[in-house]
Amino acid sequence: MWRRILALVLKELTSLWKDPKTRTVLLVPPLVQVFIFSYAATFDVSHVSLAVWNEDNGAIAAELMRRFDGSSAFHVVAAPDNPAAAAALVDAKDVAAVLHLPQDFSARVLAHRPASVELLLDARRSNTALLVAGYAQTIVQDFALEYAPVPVAPLTLETRDWFNPTLDPQWFILPGLVAVLSLVVSMLVASLSLARERELGTFEQMLVTPLRPLEIMLGKAVPAAIVGLLEANLVIAAALLFFRLPFAGSVAMLEAALLIYMLSTVGMGLAISSFARTQQQAILGVFVYAAPALMLSGFITPIENMPEAVEWLSRLDPVRWMLVVARGEFLQAIPTAPALDAIWPMAAIAVVLLAGATVSVRRALA
Amino acid sequence: MTPALTRLRGLLRKEVLQVLRDPSALLIAFLLPLVLLLVNGYGVSLDARHMRVAVVAELQAEDTREIIQALAASPYLEPVAASDRHQAEQMVLAGEVRGILVLREDFSARLMRPLRWPARAQLLANATDPNTARILEGYVQGALLSWAAGRAEEKRVAAAGGIALESRDWFNPELRSADFIVPGLVAFVMSMVGTLLTALVVAREWERGTMESLLASPAGMGEMIAARLICYYGLGMLGMAGSVLMAIGVFGVPFRGSVLVLGAAASLFLLFALAFGLVISALARSQFVAAQVAFLTTLLPALMLSGMLFDIASMPAWLQALTHIFPVRYLVSILQTLFLAGTVWRLLLPNLAALAVAAALAVAATIAVTRRRLD
Repeated sequence: MWRRILALVLKELTSLWKDPKTRTVLLVPPLVQVFIFSYAATFDVSHVSLAVWNEDNGAIAAELMRRFDGSSAFHVVAAPDNPAAAAALVDAKDVAAVLHLPQDFSARVLAHRPASVELLLDARRSNTALLVAGYAQTIVQDFALEYAPVPVAPLTLETRDWFNPTLDPQWFILPGLVAVLSLVVSMLVASLSLARERELGTFEQMLVTPLRPLEIMLGKAVPAAIVGLLEANLVIAAALLFFRLPFAGSVAMLEAALLIYMLSTVGMGLAISSFARTQQQAILGVFVYAAPALMLSGFITPIENMPEAVEWLSRLDPVRWMLVVARGEFLQAIPTAPALDAIWPMAAIAVVLLAGATVSVRRALA
Repeated sequence: MTPALTRLRGLLRKEVLQVLRDPSALLIAFLLPLVLLLVNGYGVSLDARHMRVAVVAELQAEDTREIIQALAASPYLEPVAASDRHQAEQMVLAGEVRGILVLREDFSARLMRPLRWPARAQLLANATDPNTARILEGYVQGALLSWAAGRAEEKRVAAAGGIALESRDWFNPELRSADFIVPGLVAFVMSMVGTLLTALVVAREWERGTMESLLASPAGMGEMIAARLICYYGLGMLGMAGSVLMAIGVFGVPFRGSVLVLGAAASLFLLFALAFGLVISALARSQFVAAQVAFLTTLLPALMLSGMLFDIASMPAWLQALTHIFPVRYLVSILQTLFLAGTVWRLLLPNLAALAVAAALAVAATIAVTRRRLD
């Protein structure tokens, strides 16, 4: 039995490797994606263009404006002198925010009376707007403390950022990419290898060989899992060697989780192809599954933000669990118990899907 | 009727029949947008709600209880009491909480004499996800400050710092991330649908060799490309209209711009995407390669480089320059403006012009590539 499976696996791997176009398409895109993704995926803001509508000629207003311009978060690009001009700048996306200093601002601060400044934000960019408001708040607060009659604040909050002290977005994205890039490639290889045989009619030929359904299924699943594992390790190597990510946890645990994860994604690919009559339908199925699986996994936006029903749905998503292990092993040195808590759902998904795929091969035989 | 027109009509009829008989094209045009928009529209959200924070109060007191209440009052936070730091750290590692707020033993004592020593609260944030960590910090800070301000008022102690910052959010006063993500999602969906329609369907014709027999017919190449574009354009526009209606009806995103401009932008973009799909299908020999190339050139740029989720202005300069070659960027900008802001010509015109250039280039490339493949 094992000899027959090995022969089928080798045949699949050779057929993938011998076509130069397929070879390129398997190797180059993941690397391109690693570089583009990891630089593009930042929610952070720096040098946000700001307009200052200053109605106050006082020295204090000018000083506050200098603080904004001097911070790394903002640079002042325009000075409108009426509300309509300020509005036009935001509408046309020339600036992300307008800081409004009212006429009596300096006078009020000097007299130790409560003063206020106004910030208009372009909320078409909602996350940026949120962060910009936070930075502006910090600048104004620090400024206010210097001019306050009482020298100290009654309460301060010190923040320590754990696991990622410099808040580097690449530390967040790259471990996620280990799971995401191998998802697409393993699913495509698995589902297309079966769908192609069906479309070309060679599937029937395979059924008349001595191979049993379980062997056919494993012969299709293992090569796809191998390709996916290679791709995942390519991303791990790029993350560690090029992007210099730390690795806090256990390599063995990460690789074990990846293997089980690959079995679950390959199972999904095979399940899709058992419904597809043509390669085109299989590709479509992979797209329809992979895009939501990515978006609901917590790869980019936190799972807690989802409505409860969608959060439940995401528990069926193996990508979600792989992200827990990948991020945990890279950054957090996640202990064994929570790692296993994330691994068993993937194992369950893999067993169910692979068993289903075997049954569907057997049914084709009957 | 001139012979050319008759031929075009015949070709159109052939395309429409082909679409009606093969479910793939209909699935791409209608099912794909529906699934993608529904799942992503509900699932992709940057609105933090109920972020769980463990609170470790080393000395239980009136103040620390009040702080826990203040955190619980925030719609964004959900405090969880922890007995000590070690237990709280285990909760972070297990992913149960996003961070730990530590109130030291001397917290209350210091609060009584704010002028001598400020009371310090410490937040240990799980920064694996830096964006969420930063947002968490903002909300905890906000809850603490408003508690301190309320307390100061009660005790008639002057709060330090007399300058208030009032933020006003334009277009999206509640900062609902759906309002800005859903218009981007419509663009994302259209970019996939447009390219997949032609890339996959026509790649199969090349793979099976039926393309050559079509080319051997008296119909000119221009007529054939035109018939194909017109047919899939109709499908794509229907899918687009459905997506826009869903954005407004299901997700409650306002639409403040001109429908005509929306139609123009969608038409130009679809023309580009369909022609680009034809180019992919003519260059790639197999459906597998066509699928991979379509994935790489539409789904990923639409997700990462279009400004739908990640602000283009925050990317490194080389990447910002790169985003200009992906037309989906212009469509996202147009849709976000039409939905949330209105018909702002100064922003719309350059983006429409860029889409027109992209469409013209893609059609020219289609003609060139198809001609070369025949030789």
